[in-house]
Amino acid sequence: MSSVPHAHDHDHAHGHDHGHDHDHGHGHGGGYGGIMRWITTTNHKDIGTLYLWFSFTMFMVGGVMAMAIRLELFSPGLQFFNPDLFNQFTTMHGLIMVFGAIMPAFVGFANWQIPMMIGAPDMAFARLNNWSFWLLPFAASLLVLSFFTPGGAPGVGWTMYAPLTVQMGMGMDLTIFAVHILGMSSILGSINIITTILNMRAPGMTLMRMPLFVWTWLITAYLLVAAMPVLAGAVTMTLTDRHFGTTFFNAAGGGDPVLYQHIFWFFGHPEVYIIALPAFGVISQVIPAFSRKPLFGYASMVYATSAIAIISFIVWAHHMYTVGMPVTGQLFFMYATMIIAVPTGVKVFNWVATMWKGSLTFETPMLFALGFLFLFTLGGFTGLVLSIVPVDIQLQDTYYVVAHFHYVMVAGALFSAFAGIYFWLPKWTGKMYDETLGKWHFWLTLIFFNMIFFVQHFLGLAGMPRRIPDYPLMFETWNKISSIGAFGFGLSQLLLLYVVLKCIRSGEPAPQKPWEGADSLEWTHLPTPVPYHTFETQPVLK
Amino acid sequence: MSSQSVRRIFLLACALAAAAACGAAQALEWNLQPAASAMAAEIHDLHEYVMILVVVIFVGVFGFMFYACYAHRKSKGHVAAQFHENTTVEIIWTVIPAIILVAFAWPVTKVVIAQKDASAADITIKATGIQWKWDYEYIKGEGEGIHFVSTLGTPRDQIEDRAPKGEHYLLEVEPGTEVWVPIGKKVRILTTAADVVHAWWVPALGLKQDAIPGFIRDTWFRADKVGTYRGQCAELCGKEHGFMPIVVKVVSQEDYSKWVGDRKKAMLAAADDPSKTWTLPDLVARGEKVYAANCVACHQANGKGTPPAFPPLDGSKIATGAKAGHIDMVLNGKPNTAMQSFKQLNDTEIAAVITYERNSWSNKAGEVQPAEVKARRK
Repeated sequence: MSSVPHAHDHDHAHGHDHGHDHDHGHGHGGGYGGIMRWITTTNHKDIGTLYLWFSFTMFMVGGVMAMAIRLELFSPGLQFFNPDLFNQFTTMHGLIMVFGAIMPAFVGFANWQIPMMIGAPDMAFARLNNWSFWLLPFAASLLVLSFFTPGGAPGVGWTMYAPLTVQMGMGMDLTIFAVHILGMSSILGSINIITTILNMRAPGMTLMRMPLFVWTWLITAYLLVAAMPVLAGAVTMTLTDRHFGTTFFNAAGGGDPVLYQHIFWFFGHPEVYIIALPAFGVISQVIPAFSRKPLFGYASMVYATSAIAIISFIVWAHHMYTVGMPVTGQLFFMYATMIIAVPTGVKVFNWVATMWKGSLTFETPMLFALGFLFLFTLGGFTGLVLSIVPVDIQLQDTYYVVAHFHYVMVAGALFSAFAGIYFWLPKWTGKMYDETLGKWHFWLTLIFFNMIFFVQHFLGLAGMPRRIPDYPLMFETWNKISSIGAFGFGLSQLLLLYVVLKCIRSGEPAPQKPWEGADSLEWTHLPTPVPYHTFETQPVLK
Repeated sequence: MSSQSVRRIFLLACALAAAAACGAAQALEWNLQPAASAMAAEIHDLHEYVMILVVVIFVGVFGFMFYACYAHRKSKGHVAAQFHENTTVEIIWTVIPAIILVAFAWPVTKVVIAQKDASAADITIKATGIQWKWDYEYIKGEGEGIHFVSTLGTPRDQIEDRAPKGEHYLLEVEPGTEVWVPIGKKVRILTTAADVVHAWWVPALGLKQDAIPGFIRDTWFRADKVGTYRGQCAELCGKEHGFMPIVVKVVSQEDYSKWVGDRKKAMLAAADDPSKTWTLPDLVARGEKVYAANCVACHQANGKGTPPAFPPLDGSKIATGAKAGHIDMVLNGKPNTAMQSFKQLNDTEIAAVITYERNSWSNKAGEVQPAEVKARRK
């Protein structure tokens, strides 16, 4: 598809909603209107918007699968889905939420915010940016389509452990292909982000003056470039084991099923931080803004983030304490995992110190940031519990682990994404969201989240394995509470959709800087709503 | 949001939680199962220490946060200070957590080393994970030679809600296939698998070990309380992952010796003579039992299977075609599918189940005798 380079012939002054699906007949999108504008766009703001809507759509798809899982687990016995379909739901819920919802959400933030925060006119590779996004719908379609192939979607868990993968139908192949495409999209996006940050900063925007969100994304992008090819390798080996007679993961041919787990988690653990670091970045913008006080320990935040990123590559086998590795291996991975608590602790202390003696207000972005801080730390602490090898041997593959990583992924990453949405929505759309409804969204999300996942700690301790469609009777009460929480949580997210749509359609006009304490360039140098093109002349920072 | 509406949400959540709690009659389980071995007790202690540590730090850190939320609010007129670094504080809160972790790592390391030491065992049992059952072989120590396969004891009717669920729903194995061990003896468990990765886990004994196809791993326990301890497969192993329980019976030394004696006698008596010729009704009757224990989860009681992963037997080419093809399929399985080899069954059992399959539903394909199965074994 030909992409028409932007002619700089449009009107910068008109106040118009550029973020969303209104008609754009002002020379935007390379002169295309309607759907073609979105398909051909090379504008970082359009692409950011596409990423965010895509992410929300996948969040709903993955969410429906979560509801199905919790529906089946409401009572002991099999009522709604056969075990095969249940396994397909757990697998696709995981893959879609990780690769379709959470990661694209933060890439959406990166697209919108990084150029504006460093005073650049756009991303470095604008057309590549378009392609990075448009790979995603194809990958997502493959994942969803796999349900309709003979044998259905793979029922192997999002970790896709060998050799169970060899038994699956062609849905497995679609999934492998989808993972390849998703990885390609991530790597291209990361190259773009690294290049943009390193080369396109405004004069005076030194590395150590960049907003922390930009720093966390710079580090995340390096993690992606290093980790995604490893995943691609793992699934490619799975593919050749399935179809081309290789035996990478088959002992009968000299391979080893555990090799798969090592390769997968060599990607999988950095992946946790690929998701968490941009979340830390958003929180590091929001907390100072609503504390009306600069971020405490900026430099130590940068060092802590880098330390977390580096250590994240040497802790992978803590996901595998029960495979039977040698005692020295268990001890090494345990010590390395415990050490990662130190830089993570530094970040939490810094956020709390930022609030200390501030002048706090509690608008929706701040509420989500505080929810993040409190619950993500809880998830971090259960991570410390799990790092202890003997304790982990009891808890490995139980609901304790499920609870732990949902505190990190949902209360951590998702709450942070919500904080970011409410924080930047006025800047992007030029309108204020409904503060009362935003707060409702926060409290419902917070309460139902804990209802789902807090009780799962008890289930795991008491001995309920994860990924089972049916369970012994002693686990019934907690499962019922968890399921009711899940239905409430799912419905509450429709409120977010309503708040965002209401904001776009009929929100009150927002001032240039609706948040008193916000101090990065998009607030201080750009009008609200931000024009379609910004910083075509770079600002000079003193 | 007004404080009233917050309260209303909270009450609503409480009401829902209470309703859910009333719906389930079982007592609430919220901590590790009571320990039945010294290792499980050590794990309990470690878990308690780390929880105390975590809760103290959590309360401390968030005490500061909530105090700031209360005292340093703009609505109370608090004016923001502008400090943004303090090297001393930052060094302190980096170094102190590191010291706490090192101090904690020491007792943990001792447990890790002890947990890995499976040497000098009194009894060694090999547990092989098979989709979806456990094959147990007592390979060393008292009871050497005992071999049996342990499948789920809960009837399908309970799982599919056609019958009330029993006390040990999903945590019971076919009677007589529990793993018996004597109290106070060091039992080494070797794990491996025939198809995909499984995990052998008994929470009360404090051990979990993945069972990896093609490799042998080990773990151990020394039970210190007589009783029946129940666990489940812990690693996703396909469709029936939730339905392959593990039951360990810890008994006194005398009871154990008696069990070993009975078991050996029963094994001699139960050995089927593969040269015996059976009548069709006898084979079908025996085969129905074998089918219910080994085949029904995938191929279903009505023989329709759950295609395409688990094909139907009713009217299938193999189950109505040449006997040799049918025997080979059951004996050797089909590579890269969920259909695995059933060669661990004896010739009579295989002949019986094949005859059952060839003479049930709409199939009418005659009988297969044990001798025919024996002839095709490789």
